[in-house]
Amino acid sequence: MDPKQMELLRRIMETQFITVELNLFLDTHPSEERALQDFRAASRELHNLIATYEAAYGPLLNFGLGEPGMAPCWQWINDPWPWEINWRGKC
Amino acid sequence: MWVYQKMLQYPAGVKACNPKLAKSIITQYGGPDGELAASLRYLTQRYTMPIPQAKAALTDIGTEELAHMEIVATLVYNLVKDASIEDIKRAGLDGYYADHDKALYFVNGDGVPWTAAYIQSKGDPITDITEDMAAEEKARSTYEYLLQLSDDPEVDRTLRFLWQREIVHFQRFGEVLDLLHEHYSHKHVFEMKGYDPAALKKKDDDSGRIITP
Repeated sequence: MDPKQMELLRRIMETQFITVELNLFLDTHPSEERALQDFRAASRELHNLIATYEAAYGPLLNFGLGEPGMAPCWQWINDPWPWEINWRGKC
Repeated sequence: MWVYQKMLQYPAGVKACNPKLAKSIITQYGGPDGELAASLRYLTQRYTMPIPQAKAALTDIGTEELAHMEIVATLVYNLVKDASIEDIKRAGLDGYYADHDKALYFVNGDGVPWTAAYIQSKGDPITDITEDMAAEEKARSTYEYLLQLSDDPEVDRTLRFLWQREIVHFQRFGEVLDLLHEHYSHKHVFEMKGYDPAALKKKDDDSGRIITP
């Protein structure tokens, strides 16, 4: 995986960590306005990053939820799969 | 319905091939306090929860645990991938190798296969959430022991991330437990003409908890 793709993927993982954390917090604090605002902002950022990634490198999500893309072939099957990337020294 | 995201939740890395460490870490894949047990426990308990916060928390934390299962699998896979037969034997993984080669399987560090008996789904929401809090603490302890056993700083980084998640989940389940107590402190009785108070003694709304009107 080239360094630019890896860096973008790392940013997506980082941003999604924020949305996961706020999502869990909001599950038990559904009326916390500040958390909701933070969640919305992070979620927008996450959607933008995923759209950028998928346009360049193919879908991140299966079952049609990812960017359909214009590539002439089925990109979903492309290596590497998540467990095949060693993030050693990258964080 | 679930959707797969073609990425890990956390950028797991390993410094070098280390089947001995894999043998310890695999317990968080298929051991009693591992991620499979956590995920399946929460995802199966959610159906009988009486309040929306509990249904949401169990669904979301159960889903996050699936992502943790994948992270643990990634560590184990990468720690044994390049091991020679000699390395496997030295690490005491020869018994595992005879059954599974280097494939991932749900066992603890001693090769005991995963069993549904590790988890409960009791139907009493207070009981279930209390079990979940204990489960998070047991997993936290396991990650602390694994950190003591680990000699790979890259693996430590991932183990610390998973360790922190147990603490966050424990906190969220604690809040769910408070919300459940609050839920049960109300009587949930709607008065109507001609109702029979004796019938109320049997059961309340949807939980099976007995209340006295």
